[in-house]
Amino acid sequence: MGYPGRTMLAKIWDQHVIAQVSDDTDLLHVDRHLLHDLGGSRGLLDLKNRGLKVHNPELTFATPDHAISTARGRAGMTKIGLDLLAALRTETAASGIHMFDVDQPGQGIVHVIGPELGLSLPGSLIVCGDSHTCTHGGLGALAFGIGSSELTHVLATQALIQRRPKTMRVRFEGERPPGVTAKDMILALIGHVGAAGGTGHAVEYAGSAVRGLSIEERLTICNLSIELGAKIGMVAPDETTYAFLHGRRYAPKGVLWDRAVAEWRSLASDPDAVFDKDVLIDLSSLVPQVTWGISPEHVIGVTGRIPDPQAIDDAVQRTAVETALHYMGLKGGEPILGTPIDWVFIGSCTNSRLSDLRAAAGVARGRKVAPTVCAWVVPGSETVKRDAMAEGLDKIFMEAGFEWREPGCSMCLAANGETVAPGQRSVSTSNRNFVGRQGPGARTHLASPASAAAAAIAGAIADVRALER
Amino acid sequence: MPKPFDKLTAIAAPIMRSNIDTDVIIRIERLVGNNARGTLGKWAFGALRYLSDGSENPEFILNREPFRQAEILITGPNFGCGSSREGAVWSLQEMGIRAVIGSSFGDIFFANCFQNGILPIVIDSEIVDALASEVEVTQGAGRISIDLKAQSITAPTGQQYRFEIDPRRREGLLQGLDEVALTLVRDPEIRAFQAADRAARPWIHFASKTA
Repeated sequence: MGYPGRTMLAKIWDQHVIAQVSDDTDLLHVDRHLLHDLGGSRGLLDLKNRGLKVHNPELTFATPDHAISTARGRAGMTKIGLDLLAALRTETAASGIHMFDVDQPGQGIVHVIGPELGLSLPGSLIVCGDSHTCTHGGLGALAFGIGSSELTHVLATQALIQRRPKTMRVRFEGERPPGVTAKDMILALIGHVGAAGGTGHAVEYAGSAVRGLSIEERLTICNLSIELGAKIGMVAPDETTYAFLHGRRYAPKGVLWDRAVAEWRSLASDPDAVFDKDVLIDLSSLVPQVTWGISPEHVIGVTGRIPDPQAIDDAVQRTAVETALHYMGLKGGEPILGTPIDWVFIGSCTNSRLSDLRAAAGVARGRKVAPTVCAWVVPGSETVKRDAMAEGLDKIFMEAGFEWREPGCSMCLAANGETVAPGQRSVSTSNRNFVGRQGPGARTHLASPASAAAAAIAGAIADVRALER
Repeated sequence: MPKPFDKLTAIAAPIMRSNIDTDVIIRIERLVGNNARGTLGKWAFGALRYLSDGSENPEFILNREPFRQAEILITGPNFGCGSSREGAVWSLQEMGIRAVIGSSFGDIFFANCFQNGILPIVIDSEIVDALASEVEVTQGAGRISIDLKAQSITAPTGQQYRFEIDPRRREGLLQGLDEVALTLVRDPEIRAFQAADRAARPWIHFASKTA
């Protein structure tokens, strides 16, 4: 006795230590390795060039998402997208890795399909060559993005050398006001702690408001962990988690399910666990959020005013705001509400799951997209697409004037020719409003699916609360 | 295998904006081919470095002498945040950058630097600012020296600063170690772990031909 409690991070981390490499660095076992079209075949080719074989192909899964076209029937495939798809097919087949191919259930954005297939399990260690791998932490997994060299390392060894991060707990408390979604919660947090507020930390999201979230909402929260600098975000598994996972394709079955759940119940941080950083966010006065600048930390309530550089004393801060306003073509001190827009993008690993599409369709139903706006809905996976169509969501969107597309990353990172034109303004449900992220010169405002749908209807940045019924 | 890093005396260029993300360091479409490596140097910081007509932006520091020859970047906080793309590090490397000095870095970018023999130095923001202003005062003529073994930076004025670095990573850079090869030596430990784990958490392990 007398030992302080352990955090969920420590419990999961320790269970994966193959060997200690130095005081704070370990060789960890990787339970699930997800590959996508952008880096997957390159990693497999690197491995081949070194004369090595994939250590555990049965723990490795692949799907094309980043560079494939999301045009109906994949009509817009680029040469590079086709080449990457072909290479992913050839190299996964040669290595005995299962690939969820185009038009098959299981294809989709890697961070959508992992949870959907039950590949992402509580207590598992998941990596992928993509920074938004932190998404899977919504199910209580220890999941993080890696670079190309680390990807090759995992293919060769099924292990990874990692330094143990510090821990940060974020408690969301209070009742969520109308119109405030999981996306608004996490954007508000990033605005509060800054884009580097979580650097070097694994973030555990806790508090009554998080316990009350669905798994899809928890995935959205964890997805943006990287945007506050943390490469890991996680939520302790609970009954909501088990209900979500039960019966999924790769989730354990029968006796194994019972054993797994018993184990997962022990993963939550102990009540007396100590975190290196603790943050409390009170939701009760929160309003829908929208970004105005070129970092996710450049966020305000939709009824708020864009920061005025003249009012900022610190010279460095003032220059940063001026640079962002210049790129975004906005004036400091003005309300953001009513800013005219050209594009709406509903999709990405942040907000392309069924519940996101339902929320957007709820706003779009019986209304029309403004004639000046081009609005796309890109489901996160083939399964999301089929489920949404079974509910008639595609019809609601199309009747309102949205374009209904095939699953993929699409306009979130614009790796496939799907871009917002220079100078055009987009409200997007994705995760990054970086300079040029949605295409050179594109201006991106991040918001929730419901807020994005409201903007599409209004033809301008809008307060979704005025449209919700 | 990464190139070993030991000592470096070089021109340093300050790029002091905060939150310079890896999308800004290298755009995704420069990375989507399998043959992109070797062509990335000219695309590093593309959005800042070139005007919309493709010509060089004379305002951007890396387009000016002597900063064109810079091998060290002095950066604002949270440099390299965002995407995991290792192409960000490759593009810096291909334009000749061997060390980056800042008060904080994106975690994945930071790890990617070590994989490629680039030294990222985390040091107090006051020291970063001091180094940047000394470089600016001398219009880039004042060189910065980095000694990884001694864990020290020498400013143009001769002022020395010590920096901290994970000893394992320091050793890796000094020797240009290949992590994959080092881990493969431990394969018996990996397989022993998997055998025990298969009994403890069978739901994690699917039927394996390789074990």
